Amino acid sequence: MSLDSLLALLQAAIVFGTVILFGSVGEILTEKSGNLNLGVPGIMYLGGIAGLVGAFFYEMNNPNPVPILCLVIALGCAIAAAVAGAAIFGLLTITLRANQNVAGLTLTIFSGGVANFFGGSLNRLAGGVGQISVSATSAVFRANIPVLRDIPIVGKLLFSHGFMVYLSLILAFAVSWFLKRTSVGLNLRAVGENPATADAAGINVTKYKYLATCIGGGITGLGGLYYVMDYIKGTWANDYTIESLGWLAVALVIFASWRPTRAIWGAYLFGVLFWLYLYINGLSRGTKELFKMLPYVVTIGWLIIVSLRRSRENQPPASLGLSYFREER
Amino acid sequence: MKQKLKEHKEPFVRIAKRVKIEWWKAWGIRGIALVGALLVCAAIIYAVVALNPLQVYKAMFEGAFGTNKRLWVTIRDMMMLLCIGVGLAPAFKMRFWNIGAEGQILAGAIASAACMIYLGTLPGILLLLVMFLCSAVAGGLWGLFPGVFKAKWNTNETLFTLMMNYIALQLVAFFVALWENPRGSNKVGIINPNTRAGWFPPLFGQDYALNVILVLALAAIMFLYLKYSKQGYEIAVVGESENTARYAGIRVPSVVIRTMTISGAVCGIAGFLVVSGASHTISISSAGGRGFTAIIVAWLAKFNTFVMILIAGLLVFLEKGAIEIASRFDLNNFVSQMIMGILLFFIIGCEFFIQYELKFRDKKHKEAQA
Repeated sequence: MSLDSLLALLQAAIVFGTVILFGSVGEILTEKSGNLNLGVPGIMYLGGIAGLVGAFFYEMNNPNPVPILCLVIALGCAIAAAVAGAAIFGLLTITLRANQNVAGLTLTIFSGGVANFFGGSLNRLAGGVGQISVSATSAVFRANIPVLRDIPIVGKLLFSHGFMVYLSLILAFAVSWFLKRTSVGLNLRAVGENPATADAAGINVTKYKYLATCIGGGITGLGGLYYVMDYIKGTWANDYTIESLGWLAVALVIFASWRPTRAIWGAYLFGVLFWLYLYINGLSRGTKELFKMLPYVVTIGWLIIVSLRRSRENQPPASLGLSYFREER
Repeated sequence: MKQKLKEHKEPFVRIAKRVKIEWWKAWGIRGIALVGALLVCAAIIYAVVALNPLQVYKAMFEGAFGTNKRLWVTIRDMMMLLCIGVGLAPAFKMRFWNIGAEGQILAGAIASAACMIYLGTLPGILLLLVMFLCSAVAGGLWGLFPGVFKAKWNTNETLFTLMMNYIALQLVAFFVALWENPRGSNKVGIINPNTRAGWFPPLFGQDYALNVILVLALAAIMFLYLKYSKQGYEIAVVGESENTARYAGIRVPSVVIRTMTISGAVCGIAGFLVVSGASHTISISSAGGRGFTAIIVAWLAKFNTFVMILIAGLLVFLEKGAIEIASRFDLNNFVSQMIMGILLFFIIGCEFFIQYELKFRDKKHKEAQA
């Protein structure tokens, strides 16, 4: 493999990894409150489509869109929709105590429908033809610094990305710091480990669960936005990629043992594994499909290793997946 | 520091677990949820296509039951969903979150398609039997792996089965590339279009009658198995409490492995139904998310086969109806997924009001106390 193709592989891996990194960091925050939200793909769908729709209407009504407004509108819509999706999940599981797996899967079904419906037919509903596309907003999301970008090797690897790549890293470190170093983060972890004890200690369990779920959802939604604006450059594709990336983000949470900083290199590793087939010569089309299994196979392998080792620090939050009802202690 | 003494107030509403609920009340609540869901769906449809919702529901009804053919397609899809739900029931009863039905269906579908392609010359009935067995074995294997690891090392089954879905999906993509017909289309196309080898034969003049018979038989067997067999009882005990099961001398690992294999095998048979009894081809959308929908069906029905038929029927009706609306008004089919999601939100949410009751603050009661 030449240096150029190695660089190209790493670059593609970072783009791929960023989508699932957002998803994972958000889900880690949610799961630390004891909520296993299997609606991650759904929330990513919502974030992606809302950002796209917001930008679409802005660009349609303004022939000369202002870059900063494009950015704010897309980000705002994406986060609002993602938080709304997470809030539905919260309402069902926290207040109405529904089963978390079932509520999460339903959220994924619903959001997948919403996103693909609007992504596929919005342009026609608005009176246009063909595919929805937001080139101006996408350009803002993909903008990078020319001087730094042109540095050989390092520039291509580190500075050729849109700002959301760096935002995902900042968020990963911030969430890690929040969970480990702040008292609010400690409270949150207490809620996830043992809500009854946390409740007895005077922590408002319901509030913590709602906030963690909604904020986590907001971060997860950014993954969908990044996918739409950067990965596929401001259009929509009804090909279920967001869904499979969303499930990979859920897998990455386990792979990272609920640690956001570990999710960073995990995400890029998944990216390398996913794109590897492009850089191996002489593969037939069928074999390429087999290669795309790699991230999933690696996750299963890791799951097995973790369960074999049973080390205490790699375990999920103790109350993960259970709803909490004060009177049933 | 100033500390304010907080006066204790009785909350406006508090929640208490119901001891029991009359059946008509429970179904009344479910009915209200259903009506609520349909109203919300109508509002959304109105917002999108600006049509009288009543007309929309009429169109949906026609889409699902309008012609004899449509009615049978609706029944066929209902049976599909029921078959997967039946497969999931034993695993869920054991409190084992098998969310890998999607992959198990695909594994069964691959096995069926392979038999159709390579063994197409076998006599009809024999070929169908071989396909049935192969798809059950393939689906069973897909359930066996996570089951073994769960039983031996307590590996998280939710994520294991989830990942197995995507491995199956990539396998399907591999076989689609291998079997593509015509070359370069990246599609398998209809298998054995002339000989119809491996297709379900029409019974009583209906193409899908065999689907119905097969699934209903499976459902009845599973119902009896879970309710009256020793193994079914073991599944229930393991589901309630593993410690109790161990104390009673039940070998928990072997129950887990056995049950997961059965669960996967029935889902594999669903894959056989897809290929042999419906589409006569295989593609990466052969399972089409039904594995996930069936999870919700099975869970909502609390593994009761008859309730499963009801819920599966409702969901398929909505799906067909929504697709009809979509084609009439030139929208895309995903509108059905959206409507299904809304309906499920309501059904899931309403279970709370069946299990718990809301007690509002009673003023008179409070005054009497004071």
